[in-house]
Amino acid sequence: MSNTAFIYDAIRTPRSKGKADGSLHEVKPVDLGAGLLRSLQERNDLDTSYVDDVIMGCVGPVGEQGADIAKSMVQNADWDESVAGVQLNRFCASGLEAVNTAAQKVASGWEQLVVAGGVESMSRVPMGSDGGAMGSDPAFMIKTGFVPQGIGADTIATLDGYSREDVDAFAMESQNRAAHARDNGYFDKSVVPVRDANNEVILERDDFIKPGTTMEVLGNLRASFEQMGQYGFDDIIIRKYNQLDRINHVHTPGNSSGIVDGASAVLIGSEQAGKDLGLKARGRVVAGAIVSSDPIIMLAGPGPAAKKCLKTAGMTEQDIDLWEINEAFASVALRYMRDLDIDHSVTNVNGGSIAMGHPLGATGGCLVSTMLDELERQDKQRAMLSLCVGGGMGISCIIERT
Amino acid sequence: MSAFHYEKDQDGIVTVTMDMSGPVNAMNDEYHRLMGETLAKLEAESDLTGVVIASAKKVFFAGGDLTMLVQADAENVDTFRENTENMKAGLRTLETMQVPVVAAINGAALGGGYELCLVCNHRVAFNLKSVQIGLPECGLGLFPGGGGVVRLTKKIGVEKALPLILEGKRLTPAKALAAGLIEQTVDSLDELLPAAKAWILENKDNEDAVVQPWDKKGFKIPGGPINSPRNAQLAAMAPTMLNQKTRGLMPHMTAAMDVAFQSSMLDLETALRIEGREFARVATNPVAKNMINAFFFQLNKVNGGASRPQEVEKQLTKKVGILGAGMMGQGIAYVSAMAGIEVVLKDISLEAAEKGKAYSEALLQKRIKRGQMDEDKAAAVLGLIKATAENDDLAGCDLIIEAVFENIGLKHEITKELEGYLTADGVWGSNTSTLPITQLAEAAAKPENFIGVHFFSPVDKMPLVEIICGEKTSDMALAKAFDYAQQIRKTPIVVNDSLGFFTSRTFGTYLDEAANLLVEGVHPIKIDNLGKAIGMPVGPLQIQDETSLELSRKAQETWKEMGVLDKWGDGTVIRRVIKDLVEDNGRGGRHHGGGYYEYHDDGTKSIWPGLLDLYYDESVQVSDEDIKDRLMFRQVIEALKCLESGVLRTVADGNIGSIFGIGAPAHTGGFIQYVNTYGLDNFIQRCDELSEKYGDRFVCPDIVKQRAASGELFA
Repeated sequence: MSNTAFIYDAIRTPRSKGKADGSLHEVKPVDLGAGLLRSLQERNDLDTSYVDDVIMGCVGPVGEQGADIAKSMVQNADWDESVAGVQLNRFCASGLEAVNTAAQKVASGWEQLVVAGGVESMSRVPMGSDGGAMGSDPAFMIKTGFVPQGIGADTIATLDGYSREDVDAFAMESQNRAAHARDNGYFDKSVVPVRDANNEVILERDDFIKPGTTMEVLGNLRASFEQMGQYGFDDIIIRKYNQLDRINHVHTPGNSSGIVDGASAVLIGSEQAGKDLGLKARGRVVAGAIVSSDPIIMLAGPGPAAKKCLKTAGMTEQDIDLWEINEAFASVALRYMRDLDIDHSVTNVNGGSIAMGHPLGATGGCLVSTMLDELERQDKQRAMLSLCVGGGMGISCIIERT
Repeated sequence: MSAFHYEKDQDGIVTVTMDMSGPVNAMNDEYHRLMGETLAKLEAESDLTGVVIASAKKVFFAGGDLTMLVQADAENVDTFRENTENMKAGLRTLETMQVPVVAAINGAALGGGYELCLVCNHRVAFNLKSVQIGLPECGLGLFPGGGGVVRLTKKIGVEKALPLILEGKRLTPAKALAAGLIEQTVDSLDELLPAAKAWILENKDNEDAVVQPWDKKGFKIPGGPINSPRNAQLAAMAPTMLNQKTRGLMPHMTAAMDVAFQSSMLDLETALRIEGREFARVATNPVAKNMINAFFFQLNKVNGGASRPQEVEKQLTKKVGILGAGMMGQGIAYVSAMAGIEVVLKDISLEAAEKGKAYSEALLQKRIKRGQMDEDKAAAVLGLIKATAENDDLAGCDLIIEAVFENIGLKHEITKELEGYLTADGVWGSNTSTLPITQLAEAAAKPENFIGVHFFSPVDKMPLVEIICGEKTSDMALAKAFDYAQQIRKTPIVVNDSLGFFTSRTFGTYLDEAANLLVEGVHPIKIDNLGKAIGMPVGPLQIQDETSLELSRKAQETWKEMGVLDKWGDGTVIRRVIKDLVEDNGRGGRHHGGGYYEYHDDGTKSIWPGLLDLYYDESVQVSDEDIKDRLMFRQVIEALKCLESGVLRTVADGNIGSIFGIGAPAHTGGFIQYVNTYGLDNFIQRCDELSEKYGDRFVCPDIVKQRAASGELFA
């Protein structure tokens, strides 16, 4: 019988615009992550030598984020030299992949205490900095019929019939919910201020959210992928989805996830670890799942991943109280709710990445703290977390309170 | 005696003048031997100042030996690669010589010819338009695999090299100079060798001139490597645009781009090795065989007059009469005048004729604007066209081409009325696209001088003319029509008379199968998208909208009147569709206010919703593979029937006619070559499956079974 993977703590940095004028642009990724590790240590009075490993998702693992940033963060946080660190990249699933992997490590009995999460300073290491065959290798691109994610998101909207109004309405709701949650302190338990070397606060709370966003404001934004589509990507995806004569380009910066800087960290350990360190578990990881679906449309994996995860856990949709789907694009969330036949009222109850931003490798870890807090606040039991992933993959994880 | 003439002058400069035994210098076994001997001799020299590579032929160097290349097969891919590597090693030896090497380009240096120039330190060309320079291999299903992709990329950068390689551009010396392919031009042949030698003497002590840029330490490729941040957009968009354009059906172009990308990042030797592996893969791929076969061997055969009566001497057309100044007539007038032929463009009113002439004027204005022609020349061309409504103006025409409506009665009438204006041995050509020539010729006093000359629209762009011989058409008339087609720079195929000849009849099956799919309930968008997916230029429904459903309706009526309805197969389904659309819903096609599609003011189009109500059935499941094969096989089968029944006289006419006339996908090498590549036995089996599932129209023609039994391909 495997061990239970308990969640002892889950924290995240506030998120801020991932551009030069963002609040966290001045913070090195290795400091952003180390600050979070130090907070984890302080909050739990943690003997860091007990920690076996630190797993950090990072999607742009080059430059300042290169060379196994997880280990660098551990050193930078002055943790015990016995603590290992590994950076992983499963695109947008990286953070949740880190959580699932940590849970597997603990469940297997190989390790007792693992930190999982992610770090992404999109303002300092822009998206695409790591290159890759997908966007630069003719043989690979033509063989596989590559198109960028945004084209895939617009194709999902076209196939499912989501209009511009549908996706904008979803985006507006995300903004309103996130603003309401933040302003009412729902995030205060887990959001740890980012401080400088003098312990002065650089950023205390999420500042990417745009309260009071209206349909009119959203409606005035230009479609982001229309021009790209005209350069050939629309024709390429229509070769596969050949019942379509055109792609309806509905996604804009307003109804797609924001580019932000941020980090997350989740403390996952065995029962024994809790006993040894005097920690009280807040929840446990029930099951995780990874799937892959059509890599061209790229973003249809979350529904199938959630279903696989339910099956692994021996559960049904009815066993889940709250659902969290990363709002990479509005159509992804709409497709997810349609796939699982779930209502928006129990999905992304405090908004999502459209409002708060999507710090690629860190987001999966952020979702754990958001949901754990909300389950506690609403006194509910179980949540399903899912993200769409590059290459057609989808990831899910069920957490429950203990 | 074949040779690379070797001559050393008093300055220590060796001039190697290539003069191989064939009509041109080419990259073959003989080249390999001669180059080997020459290199050995050069390496043995003690007081060498430099080397000039020159040619004794009209063409500098013709490049790869296609007879050899077309035989490269996948089973011997290792031998093929080894041979290519040996050839490239020789070029590398020449490139790394310790003295300046100059290419003295006296004539065309294309493909392998330019690859030879690329290993030199300096390129000087005779500045004459016909001295074409470039790498046209991609047009033949190959890519420049003799170092061409690697070196041109390193020489001018990946962004500038790609279009030259992928589009196979042939440049004049002036343009090649501007594009950085060569470094110097001279204005006469006499200056060529002296210029080459002068450069060597100027640079004999210049170490820089001896070493290729890419062999120098710290070499930076122009524009930077593809993986540098400044090229991120190019890296993402170039493959995308290529994928969109080729629909993923041109593996050689993908490989060329891939090698170019890698060449921009890697050292020369590694890049050359990658180029060699990819070249071996591409050259042994069926697409290379199909395209070399069609665009070199068969096109040469067709243009070389294989279907023209050999004993008749060349027939020059001096004055052509064109009857009907509509879309076809005005186009024929333009291409004729462009070829310097006097044109009489006649319609029933002068106004109509003038309108037809105005079409030429507009096209000429465009040429002037683009700098392709000067005003005087354009005025001279336009001056060759006489627009008229008078019969008498036709006097003295040695060729009359009738391009009036597809109505047999009208055509008969006009023949009777105007045939007499021809010169004594003048030829009457009918630009019909469907009507049998023998029947049309019945009205002629001299049916032996009556022939079909089928043009394609738009005439100034479409490269094909389909010449149709009636029962009584003489060899002389055929030669006249054939030579006229070549005079106006078109490729003529010659076919025997039948309803719809070869091209219209075959193309009709594409539309007919689309109608079948439509009526079965397949979504119309899917039909058009899959038509494009097999490589047809346009989906079948869209093209029928363009050519007009109304025209199809009229054609069916005419055939009915003539008693030839359904001569080539059951047309019930397409007639039902035409009736539903044109007669019941007034949807005659794009130029009749819409057909299968609705055309919006903003230039977009969408499926006419009524079409879905009429036929679309969501529950119908026909696999994409079946739809694609159905659209392709119908046309292939019809082409085979034309060959079987003698409508097609040669396989080459069938392949070339299908590609240039009706848009058969280039990568297939034409509708008949398609069967060779598919495999005759596989083709028979697939026909059996399709006919079982979808009907007798997919029954495999006997000619395939006969060939399969005798083990012969269609050649």
